[in-house]
Amino acid sequence: MDNSFKKERAVLMFENGDFYEGLFEGKPLESGGEAVFNTAMNGYQELVTDPSYNGQVVVMTYPMIGNYGINEFDFESGKVWISGLVTKNYVNHYSHYSAVKSLSEFINSYGYPVISGIDTRQLTIAIRDGGQSNLYIAPKEAGVDYIKNKLSSLPRMEGLNLVSNVSCKKAYENKTDFPEFRVTVIDYGVKLNTVRCLNDIKADVTVVPHNFSKKEILNTEPDGILLSNGPGDPQTMSEEVETIKGLLGEKPIFGICLGHQLLSKSLGFKTYKLKFGHHGINQPVKNLKSGKVEITSQNHGFCVDFQCKSADKNTVLTHINLNDNTVEGIKNEKLKAFSVQYHPESSPGPRDSLYLFLEFKAICLG
Amino acid sequence: MPKRTDIKRILIIGSGPIVIGQAAEFDYSGTQGAKALTEEGYEVILVNSNPATIMTDPDNAYKTYIEPLTKDFVEKIIEKERPDSILPTLGGQTALNLTLELFDAGVIQKYGLNILGANIDAIKKAEDREYFKKSMEKIGVPVLQGGFARNMDEAYEVQKTIGFPVIIRPSFTLGGSGGGIAYNIYEFGEIAANGLNLSPISEILIEKSAIGFKEVELEVMTDKNKNTIIICSIENLDPMGIHTGDSITIAPVQTLSDGDLQKIRDYSIKIMSEIGVETGGSNIQFALDPNSDDVFVIEMNPRVSRSSSLASKATGFAIAKIAAKLAVGYTLDEITNDITKKTLACFEPSIDYVVTKIPRFTFEKFPQTDSTLTTHMKSVGEVMAIGRTFVESLQKAARSLENGYYGIESLYGLDLSYDLINEKQDIETVREEIKSFIKNNDFRRLFLIADALRAGFSAKEINEFSKIDMWFLAQIESIIEHERKLFFAEEPLKNIDLIKESKEMGFSNRIIAKLIARKKDGKHILPEEYLKKDPQAVSIIEETENAVYGALKDAGIKRVFKKVDTCAAEFEAATPYMYSSFDKFNEVEPIDNEKVVILGSGPNRIGQGIEFDYCCVHCSLALKEKKISSIMLNCNPETVSTDYDTSSRLYFEPLTFEDAEAVCDAENNPPVILQFGGQTPLKLAKKFDSQGIKILGTPYKYIDIAEDREKFKNIINKLNLLQPESSMAFSGEEIFDKAISIGFPVLLRPSYVLGGRAMEVIYGEEGLSEYIKKIFKQDISFPILIDKFLEDAIEIDVDALSDGESVYIAGIMEHIEEAGVHSGDSACSLPSFSLDNKSIEKIKDITETICREFYVNGLINIQFAVKNEKIYIIEVNPRASRTVPFIGKATGVQIAKLATRIMLGEKLKSFNLGRSFDINYYCVKEAVFPFSKFSNVDPMLGPEMRSTGEVMGIDSSFGMAYAKSQIAAGQNLPLAGNVLISVKDEDKKYLKELGISLTEAGLNILATKGTSEYLEGIGIKNLKINKVKEGRPHIIDALKNKEISMIINTPRGQKSLEDSYVIRRSAIEFSLPYYTTIRGAEAACMAIKALKENNIAVKALQDYYKGI
Repeated sequence: MDNSFKKERAVLMFENGDFYEGLFEGKPLESGGEAVFNTAMNGYQELVTDPSYNGQVVVMTYPMIGNYGINEFDFESGKVWISGLVTKNYVNHYSHYSAVKSLSEFINSYGYPVISGIDTRQLTIAIRDGGQSNLYIAPKEAGVDYIKNKLSSLPRMEGLNLVSNVSCKKAYENKTDFPEFRVTVIDYGVKLNTVRCLNDIKADVTVVPHNFSKKEILNTEPDGILLSNGPGDPQTMSEEVETIKGLLGEKPIFGICLGHQLLSKSLGFKTYKLKFGHHGINQPVKNLKSGKVEITSQNHGFCVDFQCKSADKNTVLTHINLNDNTVEGIKNEKLKAFSVQYHPESSPGPRDSLYLFLEFKAICLG
Repeated sequence: MPKRTDIKRILIIGSGPIVIGQAAEFDYSGTQGAKALTEEGYEVILVNSNPATIMTDPDNAYKTYIEPLTKDFVEKIIEKERPDSILPTLGGQTALNLTLELFDAGVIQKYGLNILGANIDAIKKAEDREYFKKSMEKIGVPVLQGGFARNMDEAYEVQKTIGFPVIIRPSFTLGGSGGGIAYNIYEFGEIAANGLNLSPISEILIEKSAIGFKEVELEVMTDKNKNTIIICSIENLDPMGIHTGDSITIAPVQTLSDGDLQKIRDYSIKIMSEIGVETGGSNIQFALDPNSDDVFVIEMNPRVSRSSSLASKATGFAIAKIAAKLAVGYTLDEITNDITKKTLACFEPSIDYVVTKIPRFTFEKFPQTDSTLTTHMKSVGEVMAIGRTFVESLQKAARSLENGYYGIESLYGLDLSYDLINEKQDIETVREEIKSFIKNNDFRRLFLIADALRAGFSAKEINEFSKIDMWFLAQIESIIEHERKLFFAEEPLKNIDLIKESKEMGFSNRIIAKLIARKKDGKHILPEEYLKKDPQAVSIIEETENAVYGALKDAGIKRVFKKVDTCAAEFEAATPYMYSSFDKFNEVEPIDNEKVVILGSGPNRIGQGIEFDYCCVHCSLALKEKKISSIMLNCNPETVSTDYDTSSRLYFEPLTFEDAEAVCDAENNPPVILQFGGQTPLKLAKKFDSQGIKILGTPYKYIDIAEDREKFKNIINKLNLLQPESSMAFSGEEIFDKAISIGFPVLLRPSYVLGGRAMEVIYGEEGLSEYIKKIFKQDISFPILIDKFLEDAIEIDVDALSDGESVYIAGIMEHIEEAGVHSGDSACSLPSFSLDNKSIEKIKDITETICREFYVNGLINIQFAVKNEKIYIIEVNPRASRTVPFIGKATGVQIAKLATRIMLGEKLKSFNLGRSFDINYYCVKEAVFPFSKFSNVDPMLGPEMRSTGEVMGIDSSFGMAYAKSQIAAGQNLPLAGNVLISVKDEDKKYLKELGISLTEAGLNILATKGTSEYLEGIGIKNLKINKVKEGRPHIIDALKNKEISMIINTPRGQKSLEDSYVIRRSAIEFSLPYYTTIRGAEAACMAIKALKENNIAVKALQDYYKGI
């Protein structure tokens, strides 16, 4: 452990003015975003590279972070998407055969801060009880007024469209050996593991930008379409919803997370913001058809309201969250469309829900 | 789907006595299970031979049987109670094996019992290593290369194919006993033969050793819908090669990526399904190559285990309770999470702290045995600590051990001599020694690793010879680096940031003081001064400790308390489970009604076991019954007292004064109860008293008197009572002079020890010199107490209840073994079986006198010796004793609860108990020893306690009660066959009576030369048998030919000890019943006679109490 340099003091402030002091791990960088806490005890590499975290500062509830460093294969995208990482006890002296660098080095290299020395349980309780708030991290000497100023200029997550930040600009392909069918993924911030999971079930995958038209999408000749996960408020994505409406009935559709919210909207459901969202890898979801419970990986602040009167009557509720009974999955058999709020591709988290990819394959081939 | 309605009566099998590998964790699981099923409206029939358990409290079941856990006895219970189901997964390996035995004998089928939790097939698949291996191969889960052997030829065959080192694991044994690692063919032969012998099916698995691989366990739960969840992941700090029960373990895992973890999670779910665990908890162990992504499954336990108890305490998830509910048909999503009360049990707990478990060893009691760690378990207990970081958690756990250290102190005093290291000529020797200890898996490895770092080894070097992951070593290194900062700091108390950082890292005030203390000349305390407890050095450290305390107080630095809530604060939780940390935010408000703090008994160890936890739990229950909030403070994860719903609030904290006081402070200093947790809380009495914290129960002054020899002697003299002549010595010469003036035999022991450590009976000057040498070698501090040893006296234990005015004699227990055998190791009978009424009345009178004289408020235990109608007082303990639970079970009078009520101010008279308790049946308590786990240890009884647990036999006659106690303790009394007798000269006078008894019992006598000749002389028929030195065929030949069914051997003095050691040790190796005292042997004769004359009968405690 290198104690030779002194860590610089950091300040972290919420919109209500509450602030906490910690230390910068690595570079003293400043940044802000929506405060979310994540209860996963490991899996930080997947988490910080997940595009769904765009615009969010992540508070890790598990106190010791960085333990196994960063390796060369657990990336969920090509870069760091979080706006900052808040820890209780950051571990610089990582140990793992596959580690190539430290977590802070990695996050810093994309310009975002990692801080430690924060009572993250206290912060978690503050986020849980206080609800949604933005958070700003800056060097202590920046001063309270400066930080307040910065905080006030941060956008609110509600009403925020982030998809254009994270979506690919050009379509690209990910082929598999001995393909059996073709899937086109609409990229609202897709995680690499979603593509890997599709490849694993023998799908040739084409990933297209979020703003591809119906025609452009159908031109890729898919057997099925996957609506990916992604960041931001689904309310702001009416164009994407319109495109999906056009695709409904044309091809089988499978939505994940933001993709689930967009599919739901295209079927006439509304979405709303949860008080502090679901961010973790231990969320119990009940499959209403089989009666079985899946332990799922989740990362979302918005949720689908299934009570909408205007919604498509053929759509059924398929999965619910056992902690708070919120909507976790829907299905419209007639339109060959289904979606889940959680992440069947996991990464990080349990792989209890991989069966959904197989169900998707069955629909595509059926 | 709700619970099953087709079942009504469920038999739960407990795990029997506390032994190495199976401890109080199964009392915790059995209690939770029995309570949960009773709550669900089922009639629970419970059987366990261990009276010191909460599960056998009659309130916890419809019918409670304290009977031996053997097929015959359990069949009797089934025949009588006709349960429709049996739940075998809560009572450890014992219950699983017994269930298999009942199945193989057709009992389960005959009575049509449903097996809940795991079916026979699943148990066999998981427990039989060959089946298991095949199952794993079928589902593609990698296992280590290896094979099975049923005899030595096969064993050598398998070994040849895999080379060295190899791991040998016997099938169906407890705590891996009989297993080991062999590095060469010689070791291999020895371990394999032993393993074949110990495996009930004579089968061993020989596997390529994965020494140095990471060892990780997952605690898994599943329900009948195949919903499968991982409750907790646990990483062993010690890599593969050391039994997980002996490893330092950490929850959650620290050094695995999500990918690594999900891989073993997926494997676990597959394994559960393939093995066919229907419902409940299982534990699955994996080995991970630290240099690749190779993973191997090592084993699984299809039942609640030691690890699941730890996982339960680590996460707050009530594994045993939920396992019981799943067994009767609930699914995980139908059960509420008791901790949050808002969410369901169907989720995977997320924790936001680090849990460290450290095993507690008692090698000091078995100096002859090998104290290095291997694949069979040797620890007798464990501690757990919770901190917000690994170092905080580790340091808290280290000081919870009660091994005389306040943290990870140096064994060599190196933490006090950083600047001297290079000047010290012998530092190289020390370094080599440390290295070799670590390499050979010495049981003190945590302390040795710290010393290796202090002695200049780098973490990388230590990693090379210990194979411990660099992550852990770097963390420990950060502790040592900080230690250095403290040690070299100028005016450290003015550098409050440094002190604050120390506290955040988990350093105790005492350690900080030790490191920063300076003598008047400004120099540090020297290692020698510290290790020898130089009074001046001690007082400087104590003063500095007060100064550290003061500095922290002045700076407003205080620990905060946080909640264990299963969900990392994602949901608000109504949890009563707390821990402290030097973090920022305190979320625990003091309880705002009347409350009392109970100090628990810390780690299980020999001398202080589950009995004291039982007392603490009863105290807590009594407080709750009186609507007073009970606040439990303890650090032992294997207990009922640390269950989240035993007390109104649980603080999982070390039992040092600093930690205990902080809890009291956080609760605004309510009164404390120190009487129930054994010596651990009692040691703190003085400090609590001086801090003005109210101690409920007997006033501190009298606790002190009982512990202080001189003051005690004066009181006994004043009361005109008898005490064996005694004295105290402060030096070796004094021991000599005083022992001779008292006259041999004498009993020697150091003052202030529990469990009789370094206690010995000495018969002459030669023995005296040996003893003096030993105490110097073992660094035992003076004064040494010298007592006249009353040979052949009958020892009596009395437990009584008093409010200072009235007295209730709760039980007068007669020891089977004569005075001189530690009371914890002696069998005892309630009521007395040989004492005359006059003596009994006298004992009652004396007890009453002492209770009044000591202003006893609560419980008292008095040990008497009766010789020639004279009654001597050996010891007075104004606190709960080891026999309290035994008395509770024998009489049905819950004296620990009543004692609590007395402490709260109720009068004894209001309970209408009368003067004493009389029962018309016999209860015999027998001790259970770990000799089979420790090679080279002589199994003779003596004044130093060595038993780990106890069993109870209960029946209408003494003979049957004693017989049951022996069977329950694993002494399979023979009804025919040959008894080998070899006794010391002093005991020959008893041989006539013993010989007649044995002959009457239908046994033939084999005797060694001296004994044989003596028997001839008094006309007792016997066959002479050669000692080993006397030529063949000798005793060992006869043993091997199974010609001996029981051994009676009474040794005396060092020399005879060695001669007859082989005989006694053989009894252990050949699993034969053996007696090392004449009185024990005589009782065995009575038992054999009773067994021959009676059919075995079983009766529930509830039915015994009805007859009173």
